[in-house]
Amino acid sequence: MDAILLVEQALNGLQFGLMLFLLAAGLTLVFGIMDMINLAHGSLYMVGAYLAATVATATGSFLVGAAAAVVGTAVVGMLLEVTLLRRLYKRDHLHQVLATFGLLLMANEAVRMIWGPEALSLPMPEALAGPVEIGGLVYPAFRLMIIAVGIVVAVLLYVLVAHTRLGMLVRAGASNREMARAMGVRVSTVFTLVFGIGAALCAVAGAMLGPLLAVQVGMGESILILAFVVIVIGGIGSVRGAFVGAVLVGMVDTFGRTLLPMSLRAVLPPQIAGNLGPALASILIYVLMAGVLFWRPQGLFPARG
Amino acid sequence: MIKKAVAAASMAMATVAVQAADQIRIGFMSTLSGPSAALGIDIRDAFNLVVKRNGGKLGGLPAEIIVVDDQMKPDTGKQATERLLKKDRVDVITGIVFSNVMLAVAPSIFENETFLVSANAGPTAYSGEGCNPFFFAASWQNDGQHEAAGHFSTTKGYKSVVLLAPNYPAGKDALTGFKRMYKGEVIDEIYTKLGQLDFAAELAQVRAAKPQAVYIFQPGGMGINFIKQWVAAGLNKQIPLIAPGFSADEDVIKAVGEPMVGMYNTAQWAHDLGNAENRKFVAEFQKEYGRLPTVYASQGYDTAQLIDAAVRDAKGKIEDRAVFGKALTTAKFNSVRGEFKLNVNHMPIQNYYLRQIWKDPSGRITNKLVSTVLTNHPDAYASACKMKPW
Repeated sequence: MDAILLVEQALNGLQFGLMLFLLAAGLTLVFGIMDMINLAHGSLYMVGAYLAATVATATGSFLVGAAAAVVGTAVVGMLLEVTLLRRLYKRDHLHQVLATFGLLLMANEAVRMIWGPEALSLPMPEALAGPVEIGGLVYPAFRLMIIAVGIVVAVLLYVLVAHTRLGMLVRAGASNREMARAMGVRVSTVFTLVFGIGAALCAVAGAMLGPLLAVQVGMGESILILAFVVIVIGGIGSVRGAFVGAVLVGMVDTFGRTLLPMSLRAVLPPQIAGNLGPALASILIYVLMAGVLFWRPQGLFPARG
Repeated sequence: MIKKAVAAASMAMATVAVQAADQIRIGFMSTLSGPSAALGIDIRDAFNLVVKRNGGKLGGLPAEIIVVDDQMKPDTGKQATERLLKKDRVDVITGIVFSNVMLAVAPSIFENETFLVSANAGPTAYSGEGCNPFFFAASWQNDGQHEAAGHFSTTKGYKSVVLLAPNYPAGKDALTGFKRMYKGEVIDEIYTKLGQLDFAAELAQVRAAKPQAVYIFQPGGMGINFIKQWVAAGLNKQIPLIAPGFSADEDVIKAVGEPMVGMYNTAQWAHDLGNAENRKFVAEFQKEYGRLPTVYASQGYDTAQLIDAAVRDAKGKIEDRAVFGKALTTAKFNSVRGEFKLNVNHMPIQNYYLRQIWKDPSGRITNKLVSTVLTNHPDAYASACKMKPW
């Protein structure tokens, strides 16, 4: 395995990890601050992708599509919080899981009714459709842009959480909700805002991944599972944990898929290696999660002391 | 009392079974949602074309087509099949696109002694020792298109290849088929997850392996994404990409466009095959649906033709399994692919063609027929099939 391939795979892992982070960040904040399990988080990602695809196709501009998706999904998220999810905070987790699972099913059917069962395609911006060459490495321009967007959003989020008043309230809420409330924090407004931010992050991920994957009903479910893995690894409620966890999962998945079958082939007969390689590679991130749960049950960066 | 009545009724049914049925019920289960929906939709639309032309009849019997979506999921398919068999009591099940769905639902169809006429998947599991009198493929045995591609890659002089396929039964069949006829070096075989849509890691691996050509079997939405990302990574300018007809047909061309021009692929059918039935099919399909048919559509059309001919030959006695089974085995119809007959394992013996994507004089990007790769080609498993003919 040469250096260029290693760098290319590292970029792939980073790109995947950063997109997971966008989803996990919202999920971990909602889970950590409001103690709320939101299974419909993936649906916001789906809504974001559909909005981006629709607006981008109608206007012919990917940028306009992405912007509309972010704003639209944030509004949908906040409306959802104000009308429905707010009532669930005090209920136990089982009720939350049931209600948000119902929401997820309804979202899927609603999308099917509005946009039809076939997958939509979200066209890549023309300028970024080809590859770029950086010192021997040929890499798709669009994926580089995704990495850049992911990093910028991560930095913005860090600044927001660590250096603003809203961030202080969020952190206070995450580490001790009751105390924050006792100190006079208007928790309900903070919650609505946090929910809107989470939804907007979902939409960013949806718009970025739309051209690479497919905009389809149920697209949120598989990625939601990975987002949960990320926040369990990173520590629930911690944005920093979500970042580290997401990049870790992205790297392990990418390198596992390529290195594992390769190294198995070196020691096993090809037939067995061929069967075992992909099977093992696909469970690798869950092995990682199990390992973290075993040695550090609170995750790598627990939000509560 | 009720039990007795039911018993009497079923005895009465058994005695009338030798008479012609008054209608034929077809369970059409296919993949009609998600990234691979285009496949099922093309099969369905072409199937309906035949039914519609016949005035809603197949082989002279009024046809009731019950369409259900398996969502490409074996468990969803299983539930839908139970409903088709037990509640709707269909005579024939068809339309299944994906082998993993087929392998999950076929055992209960066979157990129920219902005919399964495949419009697409022709898994190896039902080709050799596991062949079944209730299974018929109007499409191909899973290895077929890939054998042709392997043969073509050898004659084209590619010394080394990397192979990619999803990790599921048809993916394994595909690479087995390719390797059976390919004489050069296989540098690497990469199995991806079924339904995988992001191929960044695999593309990096392919680039590093530096093969002379790459062969992919990625049906439906997977193929669209693979080829799009192949182009975005600049690989289309470095390595020739070869595919079976599935991954280089109208659905993929529509999504990818220009960069696919020049790509070779192999299939048992091409829209510009010169026989009269095919010209009629392509013209009618275009008129009805406003798009060129894919290889999937051609299979849906032939599946309907096969059932139509068999019902006619059986004189409508479709409830008599032996009569209908024999009729399906020997049915003669004008296949859009030219000559077509079924082997002892009910898998087709047929030609496979080389096609190349080009820009036709009107500027439309589509496939053109290049040459015949394999003539009257039987599958490699038929000799292991010991089934008693109907």
